This record gives sequence, C-alpha cells and structure tokens, in this order.
Amino acid sequence: MEAVAIVGAAMTRIERERKADGYADLVYEATRAALDDAGMSIDQIDNVVTVSNDFFDGRTISSMAIMDACGSYDKNVTTVEGDGTFGAFFGLMRVLSGSYGTTLVCAHHKGSESQMPLITNAMFDPIYARMLGIEAITSSALQARAYMTKYGISEEQCALVSVKNHGNAFKNPVAQLPLELTVEKVMSSPYIADPIKLLDCCPISDGASAIILATEERAKKITDKPVWAKGVAHCSTAYHLGDHELHDVSALEEAAKKAYSMAGIKDPAKEIDLVELYDAFTYMEPLWLEGLGFCEQGGGGKLTESGKTAAAGELPVNVSGGCLSGNPVLAAGLNRMIECALQIRGDAGEHQVDGVKTALAHGINGPCGQSHCVWVLGGEK
Amino acid sequence: MEDWRKDQEVLVMEGRIKVPYRWFAGEVGTRYLESLRDKGVFLGTRCPGCEKVYHIPRRHCPECFEECSQWVELGSSGTLESYTIVRRQHPQLSPLPVPYGYGIIRLEGADTGFLHLLGEFDDKELKVGDSVEAVFSDKREGNILDVKFFRPVKGVE
Repeated sequence: MEAVAIVGAAMTRIERERKADGYADLVYEATRAALDDAGMSIDQIDNVVTVSNDFFDGRTISSMAIMDACGSYDKNVTTVEGDGTFGAFFGLMRVLSGSYGTTLVCAHHKGSESQMPLITNAMFDPIYARMLGIEAITSSALQARAYMTKYGISEEQCALVSVKNHGNAFKNPVAQLPLELTVEKVMSSPYIADPIKLLDCCPISDGASAIILATEERAKKITDKPVWAKGVAHCSTAYHLGDHELHDVSALEEAAKKAYSMAGIKDPAKEIDLVELYDAFTYMEPLWLEGLGFCEQGGGGKLTESGKTAAAGELPVNVSGGCLSGNPVLAAGLNRMIECALQIRGDAGEHQVDGVKTALAHGINGPCGQSHCVWVLGGEK
Repeated sequence: MEDWRKDQEVLVMEGRIKVPYRWFAGEVGTRYLESLRDKGVFLGTRCPGCEKVYHIPRRHCPECFEECSQWVELGSSGTLESYTIVRRQHPQLSPLPVPYGYGIIRLEGADTGFLHLLGEFDDKELKVGDSVEAVFSDKREGNILDVKFFRPVKGVE
C-alpha cells in the first residue's frame, strides 16, 4: 500500500449532554480543531467523508445537515453509516484512489437527544427479534455470558477493566466519566442484564471527532509528525444472534491477521506498544484482546489480572479511559484512532505513555461486534 | 460566542418520528410463522452444500452461498447456549415484566441457535447447557411472540 498518514486529529470534549451545541456545532468544533492541529485551512481539504446514523440523529440522510459544519461545500462528500474506524477506512481508500491528496473524516453522535435502548432495539430484525425487546445491553449480556462460561472468565476480572479504564480517564481532559472505583464497587453496582452490571456499561455520550488523511507527498508538506497507516482491515460476520457462537470472534481474528500482515507485524504482543479498543462493556476488552492475538483464547481475563494492560504496564490498553469513560457511538472508534495518533506523536498530555511507536486502534459495528475494524498506526512509515 | 445564556435554560424541542412500516416476512418467514401459529411446529432450512440446518430459517446459506431448499421440522425444546436475566428494561421494549430472560436456544435438529425469551425459571438455577422448552401463547397471531417464552424442562439435569 502507498503511504497514507493522519496529519490532523481532534475530538471534542465528551459529555453526557451538550445542550448548548447541536450536532452541526459539534462537527464544526471537531473539524476546526483538526484543521488547526494540522495547520491547514478548509480549502486544503480535497474531499470529505462524514460518519453518522439517521436513527441517532432523528433525521433522514443525517449527513446532509452537517455539510456546512464539515466544510464540504464544493467538495466531493460521502457518508459512512457505521463506526468511525470504518469511515476512516473509506477515507483512506479515497486517498489511495489517486483522486484526492487529502481526506477529512468526521463523525458525530448525540446520545442525549434520543433513547438509546429504542434505537439499538431497531438494529435487530423486525420479523424475528425486534419485538422480543432485545437491544445493545441485553444482546451484549448474552455475549458476555457465552464468553465467560466458555473460558471461566469471572465478573471480578471484568470489573478490573472498569476500575482501570475509569481510573485512566482522570488523566484525559476530554473524558466524560473518570471514576475512582474498586472491584467491590463495580461488583456491588446493580445488575442491568446479568452478568452485566451498571459499572460494566459505557455511559450515554455526546461528542464529535475528525481526522485528516493525506498522501505521503502532501503529508510531508503539512506536518513533521505524520502518523502512518501501516495496516488496516475490517471483517464482518453473522447478523442473527445464535448463527455462530457468541464467544467466537473469528471476524476480529481475521481483521487483525490482515492488518498485521499489511503492517509486517508477526508478534503483536511484542511489536505493538499501545492499544485503544472498543470497550462498550467491560467483557469486551479481554475478549477483543484475545481476538487481536495479544493472548490465547480464554486468556483475556488473566491478561487483565496481570496488570499488563494498565497505563504503566507492558501493553497499555485504553489509557484514554476507553469507551467506558465516554462513548459517542460512531465517533468512538475514530476517537480510538485519534488517541493512538496523539500517543505516537507524543501529544497525549497527561496520559502520554513513553515510547509509543506503533499503536492499534479498533472499532466495531452491529450487535455483539458483528463487524470489526483494526488499524495499525505508526510513527515510521 | 458571548455567554449571554449564563442563567438561561437552553431550549429543547420535543418530538417523535411516526412512520408506519410494513415489514414483509417473505415466503420463508411466512411459512415459518404460519407453522408456528397453526401447528406449533418450528421449522428450519437445510443447506444442500454443508447440510447445516438453520433456525431461524434462511433462504440461502451464508457460508456455502447455496439456496437452502429443504425444510426441516425441529423439536420444540433445545439447549440453552447463553442467557441473560434482564433486571432493568425500557418500558416500551419490555415484552414481559422484569425480571425476565433472553436465551440463545439451539432447538433439537438445528445447527444454529436463535434468540427468544425465557420465563418460569429460577434465576439461581439457570445455567448454560440447560434443556429448555417452548411455551406457546394461547392466542397466536403469526409472529415470533406466538411462542410466549422458553422455560427449563423440569426434572432434566
């Protein structure tokens, strides 16, 4: 693959309810900040990819309402309905097409304006599943139970993820929900859908984010700290719950394998310095770490217990606080990429980890991680 | 912007999108739901390539990409592959009073699991691998709720 770099990146502060800002305001804020980060003006952006979901926005063709806010007038603009990591993938393809030197990718979400369970219920099949009332939390609880039963992962091991990620959020000024927790506190939080408790869940959030991708030639003119896309892949699997066993994360394994192969990574645990993954619920962190090949199947609980995934550990995971500390859905995956880019550049501020050269960002789409997108980013080409 | 709204509540427009839909169950879905409604029999479809029996029925096999032309009668009991007990639910979604359950159930004769409700269980006893059986609704209307829920089969360990 020809070299493509992230040359600008920014996200808004993630909050429970940004009443003073409509979603176009959020998109403008993120886009403006990404341009400032790159030292670019909007006329240096060759094309735009927006990321949004009509149900969340309560507006059909939701992208139309933010065309002004992302600076896309007189530009080729298109939309990805899905996580921001998938939007970025499409943005990358547009740069690789040779038609565009730069692509702006922006994503927005206002969870505060609608009712999350009703919207996530609507992702399920109207004939066979929707009228059963299933939604994101209860379907994830089915996955959590399948995973935890198969490999003997304990609720306490999952609670450790909540303690770690909410704790990490104290050092991230844009995080929504830094919390001082203990395993006991997480364990005594009320069950929403067993085995998932309140403190195993991400919050409802508002936020937007944006990145600017550029060809090597343009990147070198824009910044002296480009962050290179070294490998990226996404894979999808079954839609109907039960078509495959819910602890089976072969779509993630496949995406990771392809991304590693592109990036020339043979041993991810040794070659990747930091991970930002989509931890909408605590159990997802160990499960996705297994799928990403950082430990053997079923080893995610022990990996978490070992402390290796702590900010100061051998493999820091979600040093930003992760989705558990703020989950503007769709923007959340792009945020994972932005966090990796800032860490590689050495610009992560208080939560900077020393010596991050290669980092992995991960996003998901669909119930129980139906699709996974894996990005390997690096400071060197 | 200047902070003119310091002591001012931001205005909120309340609304609701009301759009009626008609989702067609199609030939496959109709045959399945009619069988449930009229005979209380679950049906699956078999892939001629890998011989996998899909429940809920599918017109094509996602793995072999072949048409699943053969219909198969399945048992009305099966194995619980996963479950959750719902303690809190949005009132508009809850099909049963909380606490109720969701299960992934693999019916006898099927090679895939499917999602349905769980009821009449002891939440301390319920576990993955349990045998569960369908309880049909008294009034069946040709939808997935013609099965009221699944419950553990008594006396089976």
